[in-house]
Amino acid sequence: MLQLQNLGLTLNGKQILHHLNLETRPSEIHSILGANGTGKSTLASVVLGLSGYREISGRIAFNGDDITELSVSERARRGITMAWQEPARFEGLSVAEYLSIGQRYAGDNSLSPKECLLKVGLAPESYLTRAVDGTLSGGERKRIELASVLAMKPKLAILDEPDSGIDALSIDYVVEVIKTFSRNGTTVLLITHHEEVAEIADRASSLCGGTILKTGDPVAVARFFRNHCQECQHVNLPEQEEQNDDRLLKGI
Amino acid sequence: MIDYSKEFEALAEAYEASGGNAASLLDKKSASLVVSHNKIIGKNEIAGVHIEGGSTPTGANAKITVDPGAIVEKPVHLCFGVIPKEGIQEIISEFDIGDGARVTFLAHCSFPNAIKVKHTMDAKIHVGKKAEMTYSETHYHGEYGGTEVLPVVKVIIDEGGTLKNEFKLIKGTVGQLRIDYEGDLRKDAVCEFDAKVYGKKDDRIIVKESIFLNGENARGLAKSRIVSSDRCQSEVVGEMVGNAPFARGHVDCVEIIKGKDARASAIPRLVVNDDRAKLTHEAAIGSVDKKQVETLMARGLTEDEAVDVVVRGMLR
Repeated sequence: MLQLQNLGLTLNGKQILHHLNLETRPSEIHSILGANGTGKSTLASVVLGLSGYREISGRIAFNGDDITELSVSERARRGITMAWQEPARFEGLSVAEYLSIGQRYAGDNSLSPKECLLKVGLAPESYLTRAVDGTLSGGERKRIELASVLAMKPKLAILDEPDSGIDALSIDYVVEVIKTFSRNGTTVLLITHHEEVAEIADRASSLCGGTILKTGDPVAVARFFRNHCQECQHVNLPEQEEQNDDRLLKGI
Repeated sequence: MIDYSKEFEALAEAYEASGGNAASLLDKKSASLVVSHNKIIGKNEIAGVHIEGGSTPTGANAKITVDPGAIVEKPVHLCFGVIPKEGIQEIISEFDIGDGARVTFLAHCSFPNAIKVKHTMDAKIHVGKKAEMTYSETHYHGEYGGTEVLPVVKVIIDEGGTLKNEFKLIKGTVGQLRIDYEGDLRKDAVCEFDAKVYGKKDDRIIVKESIFLNGENARGLAKSRIVSSDRCQSEVVGEMVGNAPFARGHVDCVEIIKGKDARASAIPRLVVNDDRAKLTHEAAIGSVDKKQVETLMARGLTEDEAVDVVVRGMLR
């Protein structure tokens, strides 16, 4: 599935990711747990190949193929997509149209826009004709983003903090959607800083200071995160903190 | 009696090309006016809607009156066009919407073969007290870029009246376009000007939307969505003047540039002459938002397809 080999990224002279290695398994939910500023969203942008995140060191492979040089579109057509933490808004584009765009490359047995909305707890009759613009609340927009990823039936869905900005009542829908992805054969890279959400995963990795410190059972990784990373000073200072990383790892 | 059937047929075809439904021009239950070059070739009045008009050497005059209190169920269809490659069409029009009336106009202006066609529209609109008028105008200028269009509209909206005006030119080439709209709003009046234009090749686009909030609690929105591609140049002037207590106005301009030779400028002008009025503006000029494009690319579209989806949506 996805293999990140010795990834590194420097932005504006600042090293954001370094020596990052990660491998996901087919259909697994893999949480990336990390505090704010540790490089979680940057990692998502690198995997998707967004502009500004292409000058990386290391290698990205997907199903055995090197995709490091592929564009966002090319990666998407191989089945990689993302739900943004703060999704874009589109004047004049209806929800139905937005969901249909992803469905175009979904292949057989994909869910209809209506079914996708139902999965994320939105009534199709109230949303299909609405524009994906500023008239939607942040929570509604995030759920529609998840629906559009569902419509695409991807092989790898990167979900960048799908739980942030969502009210407590809606969080169950989000969790259920994440599980739906996995049931449908999609591998989920779940980026979050909520331990409770991270723990629904099959496996988890703790990202700290731009590198993966620990991968394994989500409960154990969450405990590691709670004990070592929540209050740590790694935030985007990998060079200075590398020695500390070593000490920290030895103390696990 | 002169037979205009062939001319009507040609104009109906152009009307359809601009997005209209030609059958509506023959519907006896809908009021309509059809002007080809300088000839009125079709006119239909219904209860509550009166249309007077006549030809001039270079165009036509038209006065459309909607009776006070009339609720006009079906849109009033207006069709203006010049079918030959060259010509001048000068329309002088007056709209008088009676107090409490409600009416929608669908206007289509078609110049499908224009190599050198000039179309001017000098319109005066009066919206009566608590009347509601919607005016939606769609243009089609063909592919040659030989059209010059100069609409000048002066609007007075009486107490509690509402005007929603939309101008749309997104198919074919523009040629030269200079829009000049001005609204004079009385107490509790509401006015929206909304221009959507897709410029290509060597098109020149100037949009000026001015709203004077002269009455207490008047509301104004001057909105524009312009795309300039190839060597197109566009300029938007959004002017809002708050002259009365509790007046509220907003200027909202988005101009997208596609191509290194395209140019765009936006000039918002906000003037407040009453310390209880409040005006705001927002303008965004530049290339298509990267995040929007990459979101759509992440769903499998190419970059060009993604830009097209964003632009088409914005111009709807």
